[in-house]
Amino acid sequence: MSKYLLDKFLFTVDRDPELVERYREDPRGTVAWWEAEEANRLLNAISDERSTWLAFDDDEREALASHDHVRLFELGAHPFLTLTLFIAMFERDHGPMEYQLAYGAAMQHLSLPYPDIST
Amino acid sequence: MAEIVAVIASTHHPFYYRASTAVGEDRPPFADEWVRKIEAFRETLTRARPDVLVMVGSDHFHQLWLDNMPQFLVGKAPFYDANWYNEEREFGLPKMTLAGQEDLSAHVLRGGLDLGFDLAFSNELRIDHSITCPIITLRPQADLPIVPIYTNIFAPPLPRPERFVALGKAIRELVESWPSDQRVAIIGTGHLSLELGGPRQFGEHGPDPEFDRRAVEWIANGDIDGCCREVTLDSLHLPGNATHGFMDFMLMMGVAGEGAKAHHVDSLDLFHTMEAYFTWYPNGAPQIGVTP
Repeated sequence: MSKYLLDKFLFTVDRDPELVERYREDPRGTVAWWEAEEANRLLNAISDERSTWLAFDDDEREALASHDHVRLFELGAHPFLTLTLFIAMFERDHGPMEYQLAYGAAMQHLSLPYPDIST
Repeated sequence: MAEIVAVIASTHHPFYYRASTAVGEDRPPFADEWVRKIEAFRETLTRARPDVLVMVGSDHFHQLWLDNMPQFLVGKAPFYDANWYNEEREFGLPKMTLAGQEDLSAHVLRGGLDLGFDLAFSNELRIDHSITCPIITLRPQADLPIVPIYTNIFAPPLPRPERFVALGKAIRELVESWPSDQRVAIIGTGHLSLELGGPRQFGEHGPDPEFDRRAVEWIANGDIDGCCREVTLDSLHLPGNATHGFMDFMLMMGVAGEGAKAHHVDSLDLFHTMEAYFTWYPNGAPQIGVTP
C-alpha cells in the first residue's frame, strides 16, 4: 500500500496543465506511463538519482485508472489533492456546483472515522 | 522596538476574489454583503497604519511536499511570487509579487530557534492563497513587505494545537523584540469547520455550525484555555476533514494573548463554510481620523 505514491500521482498531475488534460482523456494510459516513467522520479533531482522501489498496488492503480474518486478516498489518498484535480478535469462538463455536489453525494455511504490519510 | 499595531485572524476563502469582482449574472447573491463585511474588516487594518505584515498561512501542497515536509517554515527572501496555476484555474486568483522584509524574517528565525522552535526556512518561496487571500481582502494594493510563516495543518503527522498556540505567543514576543521602529501587523488565516473531498463538502452551511459558533466565541474572547481543553488533533476530525486549519486560528489566539477580547468580530454564513474575521489592537484601538 502506497498512499504516498497515490498522492504523488495526484500532486504531480494536478500542477501540470498538460498532464491534467492527458489524465482526463486517457486515464489508464496516463497511469501506466506515469508509473513506468515518473513514479520513481525524485522531484528536484536528475533522472539518474531516481528511486528504485515505488509502485502502486493493484487496487490503487485501478482506482486511478478508473477515475474512481470514492475509492481513492477509501484508500486514504489526500482528499484535497483528489478534489482539486477532479474539479479541474470534470467541473467543465457540468453546471455551477453540480459536479462538486455529485462528488460529495457519491460518498454519502461513508461515515466517521474517515480513512487515515497519514503517509 | 517594533510595535504590533494589529493582530488579525481570518478565514481565507479562495472564492472571494471571483465573487467580489463578478458582475451581472455571474455575481452571486451573497457577494454584496460579503464585500461590505470585507471592507469593514479591511478598515481595521488600514486604521492601524502598518508598515510590515507578518502573514501566517499554510501551503496547500504547492511548494511544500511530502518528500520534504516542514512543520513550521519562515520565508526569508526579498520577494515572493504568488499564486499557482491550479489556483488560477480553480479560483481565478491573479499572479502577484510581494516584497519581503528580510530583516524581520532573520530576526524571527534566529529568535524562534533560540526559543526552541526548530523553524525551517525558505529563500525562494512561491506563496499561495492562504497568504494572498488576506492580501486581497485586507490590503489589496499589496504594497507592504511581508514575512510569510507557513504551518503544516495539512499533511499528518501534524503538530498539536498547543504547539500552534505556543508558536503564536513566540511570534508576538519576537516581533516585539525586533529592533526597529516599524509598525507591524500580524495576520493569520485558517478555517472553521471545513470538509474538502468528503461526503459533507459543499453543504448549505459549514459542516458543523455548532463547532463554528463555539469557535467564534473562543476566538472573540481570547479563550485559549477553553479552546485547548476541547480541541485536540483527534477532535478536529469530527467537524470536517479539513478542520485542522482551525489550528492557525489557535496560533493567532496565541499572538493576541490569553483573555484578549477582539475589537472587531464578524462572520458570514456561506454555503460550504463559515467566514470569520477578527481584529485585536494590542495597544488600544486607533482613533479614527487622528494621525499622531
